[in-house]
Order: sequence, then C-alpha cells, then structure tokens
Amino acid sequence: MILSLKNTFSQIGSATLFASRFFKEIIMPPYETKEFLKQCYAIGYKSFPLVAITGFIMGLVLTIQSRPTLVTFGAESWLPGMVALSLIREIAPVITALICAGKISSGIGAELGSMKVTEQIDAMEVSAINPYKYLVVTRILACTLMVPILVFFADAIGILGGYAGINIHGDVNFRRYLTQIIQSLEFLDVIPATIKTFFFGFFIGMIGCFKGFNASNGTESVGKAANSAVVTASLSIFIIDMVAVQITDLFF
Amino acid sequence: MIKEKKNSDPKSKDKNQTPIIEIKNLHKTFGGDNEVLKGINLTVNKGEDLVILGRSGSGKSVTIKCIVGLIEPDQGEIKVFDENVLNLSKEELNKIRVKIGFLFQSAALYDSMSVRENLALTLTAHKRDLSPNEVENEVMEALENVGLSDAIDKMPSELSGGMRKRIGLARTLILKPEIILYDEPTTGLDTITSREISELILDIKHKQKTSSIIITHDMACAKMTADRIMVLKDGVIHTEGTYEELEKDEDEWVRSFFESVKL
Ligand SMILES: Nc1ncnc2c1ncn2[C@@H]1O[C@H](COP(=O)(O)OP(=O)(O)O)[C@@H](O)[C@H]1O
Ligand SMILES: [Mg+2]
Repeated sequence: MILSLKNTFSQIGSATLFASRFFKEIIMPPYETKEFLKQCYAIGYKSFPLVAITGFIMGLVLTIQSRPTLVTFGAESWLPGMVALSLIREIAPVITALICAGKISSGIGAELGSMKVTEQIDAMEVSAINPYKYLVVTRILACTLMVPILVFFADAIGILGGYAGINIHGDVNFRRYLTQIIQSLEFLDVIPATIKTFFFGFFIGMIGCFKGFNASNGTESVGKAANSAVVTASLSIFIIDMVAVQITDLFF
Repeated sequence: MIKEKKNSDPKSKDKNQTPIIEIKNLHKTFGGDNEVLKGINLTVNKGEDLVILGRSGSGKSVTIKCIVGLIEPDQGEIKVFDENVLNLSKEELNKIRVKIGFLFQSAALYDSMSVRENLALTLTAHKRDLSPNEVENEVMEALENVGLSDAIDKMPSELSGGMRKRIGLARTLILKPEIILYDEPTTGLDTITSREISELILDIKHKQKTSSIIITHDMACAKMTADRIMVLKDGVIHTEGTYEELEKDEDEWVRSFFESVKL
C-alpha cells in the first residue's frame, strides 16, 4: 500500500517533468510541422465519427429523459435550453474527452510503447533526431487543439440530437428550437467549458505519450502502456473537471 | 572477393593506425547486481572492421550502445574522433552521432512510415533545406547502395528479415557515416542471406571507407568481414587477434565459437 502510494507520487513527479519538457521544446526550432499536421488528421479526423455518434445519442437521450420531469412542472418550454446547457457545460466535454481517452490516449500509448520496445525511439536518438520533439510535442499539441474542436462538434451534433428527441413528442420548428437555445445560453456558459477542453486535450495527449515513452522493454509492456494510459487519462479528466467547476464557481 | 580483401589488409594496417574509437575500462551494472561490463578496453583504427564475438547476454549490445550515448556507463572512458563522448552536451553528442551509423539488431525501422519516409526523415532532420528532388535522389542512392531501390514504396511490415536489415543499413548510410556499428547484422537470417549481408558490409567498407564494429556470433560473417576479432566473455575482452590467429587458439572458449561452424 505504502509502496504503491510511493510509486504513484514518483509517477506524478516524472509525468510533471515530462510535461514541463513540452513547454521547453515547443518553442525551440526546428518545428515538425508536417508530423504535427499528420497527427491532427489522425487524432481529429479519425475520432470524428465516434464523437459524432455519441454526441447525437447524448442529445437525444438527455431530451427524452428530462422531458417527463419538466412536464410535471409544466416547464416543457425550458427543455431545449436545459438540454443545451447541460450538453455544453458538462456532458459533451466530459463524454467526448472520455472517448478520446479511450481512443487517442491508448492509441498513442500503444504506438509509442511499441516504438520504444522495438528500439525505434533509440534509432531516432542515434540518428540525432529528437524523439521527444518529433513524437511527443507533435502529438500533445495535436490533442490540445483537436479535442476542443471535437467537443465543439459534439455540442453541435448533440443539439441536433436534442431536436430529434423533442420532435418525437411534437412538432417544433428548428429555428424556434435554436432561438430558444441561444436565448438561454450565456457567454459565460461557453467560455469556461471551452477552456477546460484544452486541458482535457493536453492531458489526453501527454498521458498517452508519457506512458508509451516510458514503456519498459518487452512486448507485454506495450499493452500495459496502452491500458494504463486510458485509466490515468480518464481519471485525470474527472479531476480536471472537478477543479474546473470549483474555479468557475469561485469567479462567476 | 575474400582473398582480395585479405591481400589488401596488411597494407592498410601499416599505413593507418589512427584510432577512431577508443574505449578504456568500461563498466556497467544494471539494477544494482547485474554486472554486465567489467572493464572493457578496445580500439578501432581508421578503416578497420573490428568484430566482437560473444554469447547472448554477454553485453555486446550494451558496449556499442555506450558508444553512441544510448546507455550511460558507470565508469570508463569512450573516445570517438578524439572526443570524449561521455562529457559532451546533447548538441555536441548529436554532431558525433550523425557521423556514426548504428544498425540495430531488429533493424528498428519506423513501422508507421514507408521505406522512402524512413530514409527521408533521417536525412531531412539534418538537412532541412533540401528540395524534395534532392531528397528523392539521396534516398534512391542509399537504396541502390544496398541493392533495394525497388522497395522504396513498401512498408516495413511487407519486408523480409534480410530486406529489413538492408533498409536499416540504407537508413544509416544516407547520412554518410564514417563509422558504422552493426549489432548482429546476420542473426536470424538464413545462410545465403547472411552471406549477402556480409558481402554488403565489405562492399560498404570499400566504397565508403568506413570503420566499423560488427557484433556477431556468426563465424562465417566474422571470417568475411573481420580485420581483427575480439572475444567478449564475462564482461571483459577475453582474447583478441585475426581470424587466422583465433582459429589456431587452444582456449576452450574461443574454440567453442569455431566448433559451432563445423557442425
Ligand atoms: N536497458 C537495460 N536495462 C537493464 N538491463 C539491461 C539493459 N540492456 C541490457 N541489459 C542487460 O545486460 C545484459 C547484456 O545485454 P546485451 O548487451 O543486450 O547482450 P548481447 O551481448 O546479447 O547483446 C543482459 O543481461 C541484459 O539483461
Ligand atoms: Mg545484443
């Protein structure tokens, strides 16, 4: 127990060092633009279908589930606003981030882990290519930028899903639905939620890279790296979310 | 081909005795009790091919990984091109690394990239202002050197073991290294392919005037490529000499390598 606690803290320590190196290396040339764009494509575009489907279902289910309660209070007209608010503030960012933790973080963990185990990272090192810069910086940066964009799409598609949910029990004009949503949203609902998605993205990328980059030798460690990347990234998403809520609560 | 090499051998030895790699008293212990290297001393002269023989796990790979700074030794001195590798900053070390080719045992090709990208990445990391045309030409040239120019668009997973080794070699050749470190270049290959790789090593030595360390336990490869052989045992250099000298050696450990050929 004490040993595993000690282990956790030493992991947090090395992860912090690992992450701080990112800020140092990202400003120093050369810039690996080509690899960065490739990663944006791999991370953003390829996760899009998954995020789109879950976004739609979230919006739909949330609407259907909330309706009876609101009907009891005779507040059915609040439905679009309420669904949009919970989607944008909380559900879309967190669920999307969790999906990305499952798909992206584990993918990066496995990819870099196997590169480490098969000496590909050493091969970069000896041919004087900086593997941190080439592999890690590009991936973390791509995640940090792509996850917020994915969340934005999840918001939009979730709202469409909500519209589908509302139309099961009645006929609402789409323009009216949108106006209702825009009226109930405030600027301050969107900003903190957006800021936290950058942190989600950063941590998803960073944890995947950290676990993969530090995989020990032997093929079984590739699986371990991928697995522990998902677990750690998911957990850290909830922790960031909790901290973000506290901070938002304090200031707004 | 072999005879020709043996003939030219004494001449080059007389002319050139400038040490290009010097290792003194190298020690490395892993995990507190796994003492792998216990004082390795070796020298590679310019233009020389040194073969290191040793059983699996005897620390051959660790030794050459120390040379390129992948593993940090606990004690000892490593000089490459007269520079002390262990005291260098990252930038200075990288300048030396560019001049040393390292062929990994597994070839270590970048799995997610095609052969062309594998080579181009290594090249452009150092020469960022090359035009795509120049890159393509250099990639082609390196592939021609290993006789595999038609594999340029393949992915590493589509290549056989021998081809992977060749591409790995092409990837190190593209930087025009002065030293090449081969980690078991023929292990895991059939005899014919092994022979081809050994011939390639000789060919590169003659064409590019490289010096190299070749780690192996393949005696056929050692016979073809070695100017000098060192036998590693229990973390120290056990015996040293030319192939012919070691062939006559009475020592049981040295004999065991030669007996494996006769079987
Ligand atoms: N990075 C490492 N960490 C811990 N032990 C290592 C490492 N690299 C090599 N070793 C140990 O060093 C010994 C020699 O390994 P190596 O040099 O790879 O042998 P070989 O002569 O077959 O190339 C082995 O016992 C191995 O367990
Ligand atoms: Mg080895």
